Amino acid sequence: MDLRYFAWLRERIGTGHEVIETEALTVRDLIEELKQQSEAHAFAFSDLGSIRAAVDQDLVEFDAPLTGAREVAFFPPMTGG
Amino acid sequence: MERVRVQEAAFDMGLELNRFARHVAGAGAIVSFSGITRDVASGDLEAMVIEHYPGMTERALTRIRDEAMGRFSLVDAMIVHRFGRLPPGEVIMMVATATPHRADAFAGAEFLLDFLKSRAPFWKQEITADGREWVAAKSDDEDALKRW
Repeated sequence: MDLRYFAWLRERIGTGHEVIETEALTVRDLIEELKQQSEAHAFAFSDLGSIRAAVDQDLVEFDAPLTGAREVAFFPPMTGG
Repeated sequence: MERVRVQEAAFDMGLELNRFARHVAGAGAIVSFSGITRDVASGDLEAMVIEHYPGMTERALTRIRDEAMGRFSLVDAMIVHRFGRLPPGEVIMMVATATPHRADAFAGAEFLLDFLKSRAPFWKQEITADGREWVAAKSDDEDALKRW
């Protein structure tokens, strides 16, 4: 699975892209798994209220299933316009 | 013309608007809005850097535009949004809507703006002499979506 990180999440994790193998069933499960991966990941995901997620480029809630997902992205609330 | 564009290069909002107007000749009403990089309170903004999520950005903007087209019976609508490093005073983005009557043109443009502010994957960072700072999303922006 491809993971993408943007803005301060990318900076905290130290990369904008990584490829992982996971059995996580939902976005929330995946986050819990990632938090175990390194201190940087744990720090990046410490405040879930300020994190948004997209599965295959669609914005989703944390309970969204990961069945068949190829790309999951994490980022702070968006500031376009 | 492309109705949704995400680009690094600067653009001329006057030319864009005239081109849009030619495509919707006979629509009756056109509303446009342009966002400009404004200075920070301390007055020392060096640049605004805009990051985005290539692929998802175009997808999200297209979806927002499609929704506005149907909801406000727009004849046409366009969105141009830049990314990369922008000095103060540069045009960041613009939207334009065309309808037979002005009320829908205004409402359609506001809808586009409200949604692209917090549903299109862009992140702004301000660069000043003190360093770099990510712009935090405002709860007002999220609340603005509720009126639609």
